[in-house]
Amino acid sequence: MSEAPGNVTVVAAPDILIRAKGLTKTFGDFTAVAGIDFELTRGEVFGFLGPNGAGKSSTMRMIGCVSPPSGGELSIFGLDPVRDGQAIRARLGVVPQEDTLDVELTVRENLLIYGRYFGLRRDVIRERTARLLEFVQLTERADDEVEPLSGGMKRRLTIARSLISDPEVLLLDEPTTGLDPQARHVVWDRLYRLKQQGVTLVLTTHYMDEAEQLCDRLVVMDGGKIAAEGSPRELIDRYSTAEVLELRFGLDEHEKMAGKLEGVPAERIEVLADRILLYTADGDAALGAVRARGLEPVTSLVRRSTLEDVFLRLTGRRLED
Amino acid sequence: MRAAIRQLRFWMTNYRRTWRGSIYSSVLNPVLYLGAMGVGLGSLVNAHGTASLGGVSYLTFLAPGLMAAAAMQTAMGESTYPVFGSVKWLKTYQAAAATPLRPADLFHGHLMFTTLRLAMNSAVFLAIMAAFGAARSPWVLACLPAAVLTGLAFATPIEAYAMTCKKDSSFALLFRFGVIPLFLFSGTFFPITSLPAVVRPLAYLTPLWHGVALCRSLSLGTAQPGQTALHVGYLLAVTAAGIYAGNLTYRRRLYA
Ligand SMILES: Nc1ncnc2c1ncn2[C@@H]1O[C@H](COP(=O)(O)OP(=O)(O)O)[C@@H](O)[C@H]1O
Ligand SMILES: [Mg+2]
Repeated sequence: MSEAPGNVTVVAAPDILIRAKGLTKTFGDFTAVAGIDFELTRGEVFGFLGPNGAGKSSTMRMIGCVSPPSGGELSIFGLDPVRDGQAIRARLGVVPQEDTLDVELTVRENLLIYGRYFGLRRDVIRERTARLLEFVQLTERADDEVEPLSGGMKRRLTIARSLISDPEVLLLDEPTTGLDPQARHVVWDRLYRLKQQGVTLVLTTHYMDEAEQLCDRLVVMDGGKIAAEGSPRELIDRYSTAEVLELRFGLDEHEKMAGKLEGVPAERIEVLADRILLYTADGDAALGAVRARGLEPVTSLVRRSTLEDVFLRLTGRRLED
Repeated sequence: MRAAIRQLRFWMTNYRRTWRGSIYSSVLNPVLYLGAMGVGLGSLVNAHGTASLGGVSYLTFLAPGLMAAAAMQTAMGESTYPVFGSVKWLKTYQAAAATPLRPADLFHGHLMFTTLRLAMNSAVFLAIMAAFGAARSPWVLACLPAAVLTGLAFATPIEAYAMTCKKDSSFALLFRFGVIPLFLFSGTFFPITSLPAVVRPLAYLTPLWHGVALCRSLSLGTAQPGQTALHVGYLLAVTAAGIYAGNLTYRRRLYA
């Protein structure tokens, strides 16, 4: 609560940094983003989860003010991305999907050049460079050329570069795509620390584990539309069951076996090419019921529901194909 | 302007790694051409009389034309692969576009760098020309801005075009069917009055002919106000049109 001029007491609105309504992007007669609504609040980690071609990068580029919206409304920091693009970009950090480092320059030069683009003074850049390289564990490589660095190191350098201007919002487009599992975990760890420091993050991913671990709130995107929105927990509660029983039978037997599962306590059954998924509150009980019918799967697994299950439920397809 | 200067600094940082090679060619090329054609071939030409060249030695006739042509080549080199590579291969342009810099700032920053490179190469050329004894009046110093302007009349439209290219093979065509014919037939090596009358008007349309004629008239001390204004005006107009086009193509490519 605060006192506004004229002694009218107003309730402080939550700090909405980005607001999109009916946001659309078309390329010729192809619609990449088909009218989406979302809001980003200061301090949260917000995700766009969706498969390739869902329109995630197109959305991120519109937020980054390097792609004018084709329709709908978009406001960032209360500003207009087309008219005030420069002012908005000054307050954003961007980690694009494809690496855009200058591989011919050194690690340090990359940060210097980028910092200069934001009009930062050299001594400020020098101080931040030391701190950021420490943060992304690249201090030892500061004076090496970028070209020979590993994919994971380049990604971390891109993250350091995006932080040089001390942005209010960090946009990360598929931050770990193409990295090996170990390198992904290092990046996740760094992003988790940023989250702990209260940096507002917007990220896109087609990895459900990435979305589940990092996002406070996310939207599931498919075919340019938002299929659902909520926290990972809420989405799982709303669109899936507590547990999932996975059954594998012999090759090409899954359709036939699914027909024999009538009456097994499951809310929903999904038949995939290589296994059957039974959505149920109690996986072990369901497995007991399967066995009681004299069916013996080659392997069985009871697990908790994930965002992958949410996606399957919403779109009928799997995320990572 | 300040934003464009930030991008100029980027190119200067970049240039620190490659300047040795570029200095080498900007010295060697004029020495080779002035030596082989100006002095070597020139001795044959001079023996037949040079009335059609305005009565000066072939070397003196050739040098300012070559200076303008060299500026065209520097401009071509700077405004094709480095620009295309930044948007297509390195994607450093996309990185810069995510900062407060606007596409036009990137364009103008690179044009400033091209201008510096043109000035450097033209200054080197001028020094070599003097060493060969081909500089005859103090007016020859005015060839430097004239050559820079000639270069910019190529750099701006070519850079605008480079931003629309999807493949770098477009540049090979540009060199083969653009630069080389211009180099040979724009009055650099012989007066275009020696060309068949039907193709002569074509030569008058090319920026290189205006650049060559401008540099030559300044170098020989034969410049006349009207003609000079025409050449300068033409080159300025082409440069301005190139800047206008580049502002558009940069924006279109970087803000898809
Ligand atoms: N510049 C463009 N021109 C034409 N089509 C594009 C362009 N950018 C993206 N698309 C198309 O838009 C769709 C969504 O792409 P994108 O936003 O990159 O999806 P995602 O990042 O979720 O994989 C894809 O089908 C893609 O081919
Ligand atoms: Mg993408």
